[in-house]
Amino acid sequence: MSLGLVLGKIMGHARSDSEKQSPYECGFEAFEDARMKFDVRYYLVAILFIIFDLEIAFLFPWAVALDGIGLVGFWAMMIFLGVLVIGFIYEWRKGALDWE
Amino acid sequence: MSISNEILLALPELSLLSMACLVLVVDAFSKDPDHRITYWLTQISLAIVFLLVFTSIPDEPRLAFHNSFIDDAMSSVLKCFICAITIIVFLYSYEYLKENKLMKGEYFVLGLFAVLGMMIMSSAYSLLSIYLGLELMSLSMYAMVAMNRKSAAASEAAMKYFILGALASGMLLYGISMIYGLTSSIQFTEIAAISMTSVENSRFLVFGMIFMIIGIAFKLGAAPFHMWVPDVYQGAPTSVTLFISTAPKLAAFAMAIRILVDGLFPLVADWQSILMVLAVLSMAIGNIVAISQTNIKRMLAYSTIAHVGYLFLGLIAGTINGFAGSMFYIISYALMSMGTFGMIILLGRYEFEAKNLEDFKGLSGRSPWFAFIMMCLMFSMAGVPPFLGFWSKWFVLKELVASGYFALAAVSVVFSIIGAYYYLRIVKLMYFDKPDKMTAIKATKQMRAVLTANGLLILVLGLLPNSLMQICLTALAH
Repeated sequence: MSLGLVLGKIMGHARSDSEKQSPYECGFEAFEDARMKFDVRYYLVAILFIIFDLEIAFLFPWAVALDGIGLVGFWAMMIFLGVLVIGFIYEWRKGALDWE
Repeated sequence: MSISNEILLALPELSLLSMACLVLVVDAFSKDPDHRITYWLTQISLAIVFLLVFTSIPDEPRLAFHNSFIDDAMSSVLKCFICAITIIVFLYSYEYLKENKLMKGEYFVLGLFAVLGMMIMSSAYSLLSIYLGLELMSLSMYAMVAMNRKSAAASEAAMKYFILGALASGMLLYGISMIYGLTSSIQFTEIAAISMTSVENSRFLVFGMIFMIIGIAFKLGAAPFHMWVPDVYQGAPTSVTLFISTAPKLAAFAMAIRILVDGLFPLVADWQSILMVLAVLSMAIGNIVAISQTNIKRMLAYSTIAHVGYLFLGLIAGTINGFAGSMFYIISYALMSMGTFGMIILLGRYEFEAKNLEDFKGLSGRSPWFAFIMMCLMFSMAGVPPFLGFWSKWFVLKELVASGYFALAAVSVVFSIIGAYYYLRIVKLMYFDKPDKMTAIKATKQMRAVLTANGLLILVLGLLPNSLMQICLTALAH
């Protein structure tokens, strides 16, 4: 394992610039005044993404275990999805998905 | 119990959830700037839930969902009051939001979800379900406080409320994890059974309990965990303050009873002494600091802190009658607080709020009837007989003395006399001072009628306190 590290160090290209050296902060300049205006749409998309991301995380184990949990498990997930759909309708109507 | 029976037990909660979702979708599609449909649907759903609970008050407690949900007389009575109070709160709110151009459909949706959280808190019978209900209620209310985005005070209040609320939830969760680690159960009867027998772990159980009491004290706004109360009461839109100061208190009371009495009653001697400190501090800070306030919302916030101190007195008594006294106290406090904040909304206009004590000057000249209603409310808050507030203090103090806490009872009487000063000052301002300007009161007939009924209810219940006390006693006798 250490061989790989050493080989990579010797043979790899190292073109470092200031951007590569700076700490990574998603979407923002890393060091500046915190009281600035930023685009709230970025957050909106990120927040909405998390909801549906978690939905998938629940759906996979549910799909695998569907034989064992029966009708109650099926309808429990349907209710969960129904609640999510209501949230989706709401955000759509409120224009949270319009980028412009 | 089969799953359909269990669902039947939670029918009020489930119908409230479906109605809240329906209201959310309907509001998203409505173009009415006054949100009339949203408002009426909200009121109808609350009325339906009220009827569902009211028609199915059980004699025997019934458990569901792996014993984490209970349907008993206490939860039903509290749910009835929560729904009824919220209906009136929304009625006041509707006028206020329209007048101050803050009307948003989300206000009612968030309110419905907060009510759902409160109902879950009243019916929760395990630490997990109580925490879920608490978070649902709190998250909705953080957003409601921040509703007026243009106001810097409201944003500040919401931020403080959110951060301190998250901290309190963390404390509560830490306590829950301690208790779970020691009893390996989150269900209240099992916790009670295990903490009864495990003597060697009792010190650690007390450790966990202390953190849970911090969570309860924060949610009720008891000193020294009261710092958020004045800022939130003052900064939030008055209709939200009205909401926060009424129905959630009933849910927090249910949480206190479930955790301390149903779950940790074997440690009663330990939590009594902790609550004693909280009660005395709350009464002292609430009543003394309220005297120096000039903003009426802030003054009422300190008055809430003081009232929470009195609420704890009934719990300290440690008997069924004492708990019933506390329940009587919190219900009557919610009714009084509702009327008082309703009065502030009534006197306000667009971009003017009756926020200073001076705004009540000479109210008897401007409107003798509402000055009388306000006087009833203030006398009741101060604990003057024959108003409701006198009986609520009477019942908790009686039980406290019956349990042998003479010194504590004497101290609380002294603080209630100190507290009478700032309530009676409002009566003095209304009746003996000249008003600065004689503007007429602008409010709809509905608002006037409900506020009148609210004030008279305080008087009528004060004349017949035994009916309400009987309800509280039956609710807790299990």
